[in-house]
Amino acid sequence: MDMAVTRAGIYHYDEFDREFLRERVAEFRGQVARRLDGALTEDEFKPLRLMNGLYLQLHAYMLRCAVPYGVLSSDQMRQLAHIARKYDRGFGHFTTRQNLQFNWIKLEEAPDALAALAEADLHALQTSGNCIRNVTTDEFAGAAADEIVDPRVYAEILRQWSTLHPEFSYLPRKFKIAITGAPTDRAAIQVHDIGLLAKRGPAGEVGFEVWAGGGLGRVPIIGTKLREWLSEADFLSYMEAVLRVYNALGGRENIHKARIKILVRDVGAARFIEMVEQEFATLPREKFRLDPAVVAGIQAHFASPPFVVLPNAEADLARAVSDNAAFADWVAHNTNPHKQPGYISAIVSLKPIGGIPGDATDAQMDAVADLAERYSFDEIRVTHYQNLVLPHVRQDELFAVWQALDALDLATPNVGTVTDIIACPGLDYCSLANARAIPVAQLLSERFADLKRQYDIGPLTLNISGCINACGHHHVGAIGILGVDKKGEEFYQITLGGSAGNDATIGDIVGPAVPYDDVTDVVERIIRIYLSLRQTGENFLQTYRRAGMAPFKDALHAAA
Amino acid sequence: MPLLDHGRPVEDRFVAVADDAPLPADAPALIPFARLQREADALAGRNAALGVQVTSATHAEDIAPFLDRVTLVVVEFPKFRDGRGFTIARTLRERYGFSGEIRAVGHVLPDQYEFLVRCGFTCVAVSDGADLGVWAAALERFHVAYQPGLDTAPVLSGLRRRLALG
Repeated sequence: MDMAVTRAGIYHYDEFDREFLRERVAEFRGQVARRLDGALTEDEFKPLRLMNGLYLQLHAYMLRCAVPYGVLSSDQMRQLAHIARKYDRGFGHFTTRQNLQFNWIKLEEAPDALAALAEADLHALQTSGNCIRNVTTDEFAGAAADEIVDPRVYAEILRQWSTLHPEFSYLPRKFKIAITGAPTDRAAIQVHDIGLLAKRGPAGEVGFEVWAGGGLGRVPIIGTKLREWLSEADFLSYMEAVLRVYNALGGRENIHKARIKILVRDVGAARFIEMVEQEFATLPREKFRLDPAVVAGIQAHFASPPFVVLPNAEADLARAVSDNAAFADWVAHNTNPHKQPGYISAIVSLKPIGGIPGDATDAQMDAVADLAERYSFDEIRVTHYQNLVLPHVRQDELFAVWQALDALDLATPNVGTVTDIIACPGLDYCSLANARAIPVAQLLSERFADLKRQYDIGPLTLNISGCINACGHHHVGAIGILGVDKKGEEFYQITLGGSAGNDATIGDIVGPAVPYDDVTDVVERIIRIYLSLRQTGENFLQTYRRAGMAPFKDALHAAA
Repeated sequence: MPLLDHGRPVEDRFVAVADDAPLPADAPALIPFARLQREADALAGRNAALGVQVTSATHAEDIAPFLDRVTLVVVEFPKFRDGRGFTIARTLRERYGFSGEIRAVGHVLPDQYEFLVRCGFTCVAVSDGADLGVWAAALERFHVAYQPGLDTAPVLSGLRRRLALG
């Protein structure tokens, strides 16, 4: 398959990038062979396979494919569909880190699956392991009306810089970087190991606000702002400084105290900043200086697609909206304003009522690829809410896109509502889980299936994790649900008031965990209490922040 | 325990000396870091080469004051997953300009060999019976890297550079 010619705003590989990937696949083949002949112990092989995205789960190996900063071309999506058909059971699972997981991979076929990824300029590098993971960003990057700086450029620079980094591939623990370039934070930068806000200085020059030490998991912590401004030239030098302090001083004795957030908490923000600045001051800055020519070269990969002037598109869309109520609902919820007049970003919901959040079949992936090719300059995004985006749709073609998505069961008009649920794979797949997450999401989705009711409830994030590792981001859901194990039975702890946005907040625990069978009723009662308390114009979070926890505690008591 | 320099076995000229044993006057000697700290003044006048062995928990800053006494720093990797040694070597090279030998010992994998070289290690001690072919091949595996290292790597374009490890 020739991937060289595509219109999408993706980073186009050249022969050197492809050579590198082929070498990496060959290396992994050798590692699998050395494991099979005993030259590598399982203990030694494990981190090596993890850094190639291969996990051992409950029933099979899981391959986590990197979708760098959530950007895919149509051809890449088709290749993922092909891998789903050939090496998995015909579906894939899009994750909160904008990646794609295959849950039924055979170890002996894993090198072939990696080779198939490489054919489409894709890989599974550093999607696991104690290294710098796939960098995530705003799903509307390069399209959003409110964008100041295109974060894809710097996400790609980070991707390259962190790929097989010689010094930072055996860190104390995994390391996640998120970057955004819009004032509205859609990348959750305050709950990442490093969070970056790209912005502009007085002369229009690019610089960065730098956060570090945020994270969810067992010990949820909102990050610390290290820098109000970091110049573009020093971008990588500063990353080197933060990572070096962490690599040297991060905890290595206890896996639960090894993330950078614990280091920042234990030494204190002021001291941590001092150490980073001291490292930054002494490292060879010139060596890591980001050359404007390098930035310009990478920027060229993300040039705007050839938009056309569409004088009538907005009026066409307005007419279609007024003619069709179902389409109007979808437009109101599943689109985002575009920077280019006449265009709009369309969100493809992977949250059908009663479905598995983030799952897509090979046929759906192929169909979305075709739609992207026809209507969105070959481009697709994966969101950290486990949906997909067609970033650049003409407003006068949006109706046709909606009809096509509707026929594929991909047009549920529920983005941002209570049924747009984030859920980790949970005990259905994951060997770490204490409880199921997917069936809980399905029950809740069915309970709140009625669209009118969803819209009345308004914007609400409902996030579910099957264990304390918090892959379902329950801490930052307006309603968060955490599965725990109580003497072999699945219980669920409910938190309220979390947010991953500019107002990042860790949710508060309502009270004792409730059994599996009660979760749906408890959430129902929480919603009813909110509806009874809310004042005009308030959403769930606003009501909760005003009214506090006390009135919501009744939701648990009624369950007894 | 074979010692590899850029994939090739070399002779270890240094003799490891226990913490309290007398140092050979005219042969290269390797001593623990604690002894170097303790006897730094007495060792200042020594003519034969001196090496120091540090654990991965040692900070490069603490080794720095003694770098003018030694021509070899040996960094122990207690487990291959413990990546602190990479930072120690790189800091000794980049911040303190150490130009002597830096050697990795302990639990390291051939899969880490390129990283070691790119962080400034010159030699690695591999276990007896290790497949030296696998170690040598590890340095030939990749020809492209995406970030500057301490190997000689001509920059291609963008962030990429051509690796030259051997």
